[in-house]
Amino acid sequence: MSTTELSSSQTPAGGPVAPSRFGRGVQVRAGVVAVFLVVVLVVLPAVLSIYYIDALTQVAVYSIVCVGLGVLVGRVGLVSLGQAAVLAIGAWIAARLLFGTSLPYEVVLFCSGVLTMLLGTLVGLPALRMRGLYLALITLMLAGAITVVLATLNFPNGGHSFSGYNGALVHIPAIRRPGIATSDPAFFRYSVIVAFVMFLLVLVHLKTRPGRAWAAIRQSEPAALAAGINTTLYKLWAFALASFVTGVAGGLLAGAARYLYSIDFQTQDSITLLAVVLMGGAYNLWGAVIAGLLFQLLPAVLNDVGVSPDWLTILFGIGVLQVLTAAPTGIVDQLPKDLARLFGFVTGRSRRQPKTASVEGGL
Amino acid sequence: MIDVTDLTVKFGGVTSLDQMAVRFESGTCGLIGPNGAGKTTFFNVLSGFVKPAGGTVTAFGENLLGMAHFRRARWGVRRTFQTEQAIENLSIYDNVGMIHEHSKLSGNQRRDDVLGAIAIVGLQDHAYHKVATLGAGDRRLVELARAIVGKPRLVLLDEPAAGLPDEETTRMGQIITAIPERTGALTILVDHDMSLVSSCCQNTAVLDFGKLIASGPTDQVLRDPNVVKAYLGTENIAA
Repeated sequence: MSTTELSSSQTPAGGPVAPSRFGRGVQVRAGVVAVFLVVVLVVLPAVLSIYYIDALTQVAVYSIVCVGLGVLVGRVGLVSLGQAAVLAIGAWIAARLLFGTSLPYEVVLFCSGVLTMLLGTLVGLPALRMRGLYLALITLMLAGAITVVLATLNFPNGGHSFSGYNGALVHIPAIRRPGIATSDPAFFRYSVIVAFVMFLLVLVHLKTRPGRAWAAIRQSEPAALAAGINTTLYKLWAFALASFVTGVAGGLLAGAARYLYSIDFQTQDSITLLAVVLMGGAYNLWGAVIAGLLFQLLPAVLNDVGVSPDWLTILFGIGVLQVLTAAPTGIVDQLPKDLARLFGFVTGRSRRQPKTASVEGGL
Repeated sequence: MIDVTDLTVKFGGVTSLDQMAVRFESGTCGLIGPNGAGKTTFFNVLSGFVKPAGGTVTAFGENLLGMAHFRRARWGVRRTFQTEQAIENLSIYDNVGMIHEHSKLSGNQRRDDVLGAIAIVGLQDHAYHKVATLGAGDRRLVELARAIVGKPRLVLLDEPAAGLPDEETTRMGQIITAIPERTGALTILVDHDMSLVSSCCQNTAVLDFGKLIASGPTDQVLRDPNVVKAYLGTENIAA
């Protein structure tokens, strides 16, 4: 491979041609995403019951949370166990703004994202000094503290104080939804579109300078520093991005649930979120969609067929064990390979699978 | 030129560098010594990963120790590591380009610099391939391209040919020898392969237990009785 003479003129002109930004691979992916969106936005609301439409709205919301957590875990190598608390902060801010102002819903989502980003970045401050188990522990403790504060403060329900909490608990108004999406199917479509925008925001980050910096930090922090990367800045940037999208998700959650209670935001949800992100695939944006399905649709299905969702704790434990030992890139990478093997088995044709798992993300 | 005076590094009760004083003038210089002598610690001080207990390091007139670690790379301190650090899921171009992203040059100039560095190490036909598709030798070359892209002033190579077969080591040596001429950078090479050091380096310094025991023209240093006793043993490679 290495045949160039050092003494020869090596001008870049006439050298390798950079792959097109909109090459065939990107076009195929864009086509898959377009078909996926058409099915989700048009077909599903027409054929599913309200029960499942509400469950899928939650899937859209938690897919956003999972894509943010995927950035931290999969791209930067920072294990945060505080995302459920960050989501609760976003939901609280959005609910307070929706009750206290007449701002358009989109503006409320943006404000919720920005304010949550500021607070969530504080959660990321310990990341500047620690990693691994210690960071996980610190963020879990912070999540617990935030949950306690929110339980004391209560979620806004139309009151007039700073907390917006009406202790009388009578005539409690529902959290308003955007005018164009007051019904459940319409709000589902609205949530999917917002989720799509958040995924695009993350994708842009991954494909540009921050994404490369995060890849370097994940590989080796000393090597990243030696490459001139300000690791402090980019780690905080990752926490800021994850917090922003999670804050927006909190705003959607407020509109989806219409009534918020602190009991809905358990500290252990952060651990379950990490489990489903690992199972779905932390290195791929589609993995966040699968994680959202695991976290919200699977319990709804079990509930619908009369099985207690509590079994999921055991199921997720087995799932994480399987992923960590056999498929570190998650279901999103494993499922196509397994389907190909099954197809080969059924048709009698064996297909050789690549030994190296891809960790490249993308829509 | 890099001027080191009284550089001392302590880890608890262990003195890893003991009042090291050395000057690396220009070209490619060697830094050798037995395992644990303090070579990588010296590189870590220059990179900003280790804060010395005392001493000064002046590089091209600048106080290197006063710079934040990530700013040193932007200023021109580049390095490779003993363990290969190329990022698998990025292309060769992106691996090299990320080092140069912080320069204030135009996008076209940066692109030309990145492709130029890739061409110097001979990987120009694979510039947009992912590093995951490369063999060990080519991954080392990617790291070398990362170290020389743009306008490096000081290139620190920490056992860049470790584990490579003879043919690839020879090729690596040719590229290392050409770095000062192609980039103008002062290059310091740490390696245990004395044939590589003697073929690449005009001058060499020798560390033993954190102390500088010899420095000067490579062929003389490799014949120095203290160096033979402390590091080379009875085998004189340069002979």
